[in-house]
Amino acid sequence: MQVPILKQGNFLIASIQAALSDADLRQLQDDLVQRVSIYRSRGVIVDVTALDVLDSFACRTLSGIAQMTRLRGAKTVVVGIQPEVAFTLVQMGLRLEGVATTLDLEEGLAMLSRPAN
Amino acid sequence: MSEEHRPIETRVPIRADIDIVTARQQGRALAQRIGFAGTDLTVIATAISELGRNILTYAGTGTIILRPGFAAGHRGIVIVAEDEGPGIADVELAVQDGYSTSASLGLGLPGTRRLMDEFDIVSVVGHGTTVTVKKWLN
Repeated sequence: MQVPILKQGNFLIASIQAALSDADLRQLQDDLVQRVSIYRSRGVIVDVTALDVLDSFACRTLSGIAQMTRLRGAKTVVVGIQPEVAFTLVQMGLRLEGVATTLDLEEGLAMLSRPAN
Repeated sequence: MSEEHRPIETRVPIRADIDIVTARQQGRALAQRIGFAGTDLTVIATAISELGRNILTYAGTGTIILRPGFAAGHRGIVIVAEDEGPGIADVELAVQDGYSTSASLGLGLPGTRRLMDEFDIVSVVGHGTTVTVKKWLN
């Protein structure tokens, strides 16, 4: 299942709707990095509200997205990590290093809109 | 054996990454029927995901077996990941944080061990690996 990516002003919003396979995640990473260049986006939001599982591969891919888009001049924010998922990540020792997070989409947009970004 | 205590086993063949999604959805559904809720469901689904990915990465193909577990008055879920891959030469090393022979974070097996109540790994080089994990209802 492909993840729809919306362009809103200077930002891209990827809203994950359902469980993703590894191939879907890799596709999302490629799509986002490409579109950041095409649209000269300054910020990327990945909404994971609908995900009930973030495993080590998903974390690695999200970190990859954040690092690759940063190198293209855009900041990535992961929004909507569910409390159960947060608990599981901590238990496993997964850190989502180098990835900004906010509670929801609204706060994600607010973070990206701040002058510092 | 009463109806409730008859173990019903689900076997999910793991051949492609989409099978990992199937395995964790079936595992989550079984865990729910056993009586798990909330965070436990996410923990169990995540463990299945890691075990499934291990099969794909290191053996190519294998099977995830899901079944209810019973021990000493406890009810829970048993997840077995078996493959006939190359096996792991040093099992102790494989369950250490940060150790990986692929490009991963090396947190799959040690992370899974931290998520579950019981963790057992048997591996024979040249014959395959079986990882058995269990989680009990509190």
